[in-house]
Amino acid sequence: MKKSNKPKPITENDSRQTQWRLLLVVPLSALAVGLGYAVLSLPSQAPGLSKHVAAKLETSGVSNPVTAVLLNFRGYDTLLELGVLLLALLGVWSLGAAPKRHEPPPGLVLELLSRLLVPLLILVAGYLLWAGAGAPGGAFQAGSVLATAGVLLLLAGWRLDSRFSGLPLRLALVAGLGVFLLVAVVLILLGGRLLEYPPSFAGALILLIEAAATLSIGTALAALFLGGRPEKGAHR
Amino acid sequence: MSPALLYALVGVGLFTLGLYALIVHAHLLRKILAINVMASGVFLVLVALAARTQGTPDPVAHAMVITGIVVAVSATALALALMLRVRAATGRAELAEEPLE
Repeated sequence: MKKSNKPKPITENDSRQTQWRLLLVVPLSALAVGLGYAVLSLPSQAPGLSKHVAAKLETSGVSNPVTAVLLNFRGYDTLLELGVLLLALLGVWSLGAAPKRHEPPPGLVLELLSRLLVPLLILVAGYLLWAGAGAPGGAFQAGSVLATAGVLLLLAGWRLDSRFSGLPLRLALVAGLGVFLLVAVVLILLGGRLLEYPPSFAGALILLIEAAATLSIGTALAALFLGGRPEKGAHR
Repeated sequence: MSPALLYALVGVGLFTLGLYALIVHAHLLRKILAINVMASGVFLVLVALAARTQGTPDPVAHAMVITGIVVAVSATALALALMLRVRAATGRAELAEEPLE
């Protein structure tokens, strides 16, 4: 697309557009003031749900309250969220194959950096997964770090080997949701309610679900970055 | 004014700015970015308001934001893929004013 060097003459259309934009500022400012007033009028001290979470934290199997809420008290939300992630990927894949990019081969710096960083990123993801039980961290943070490693590899020109782009890739994608559902169904069959972990196994079950979820989230986010179904027979 | 309240007000500002950009710009990429800015504003408000408890912040709001971030990322990826399809089909990354024949 070529841009003309001559400055565009201000037409009636342009000035009308500017008028519309100025007019738009009025209701939006009113909205901002209203929302700001609503935020300011909230009580400055609110107990929230911290006390309820703290009271039940011992039975949740983890000591980090955020992880306890995500994987235990509100495990249902997280289960559905993994489903949303898969649905989004399904939507992207159904739109067509990944666009073929004809990029120049990556420079030496990216090539070397990706080789150095990817093992480190995988290590950090594993640490975040493990630390999530007692400190900020968990499946989503670990999954995003894992996805970063995947994106870095994709940017450096690596592609999944055709041996893995079929069933193994799909298995990795559904592992999180699958393990989560399996745990839920087994717990129901054992006489509990949906995702009601027995306190003695809760920690191990949460770690199991989180490990599978990390793998799935990382793979799904990297696959979303690719922007389409991976080509059959594509090589790295 | 407590820092948490300041963050919440910044979140409100981000939300409004994003809404303005969403309405004004026709290009789909700008609209998707605007929605992301709006979502960041909402997350900022939620996280800031979670700090109103005594002691540790309310973990439920934090868990909600983590869930929200992942959903926002997947929705953005789907929106970007749809935008590329629109561009491939019509040659422009904008929605047509009139319905296509």
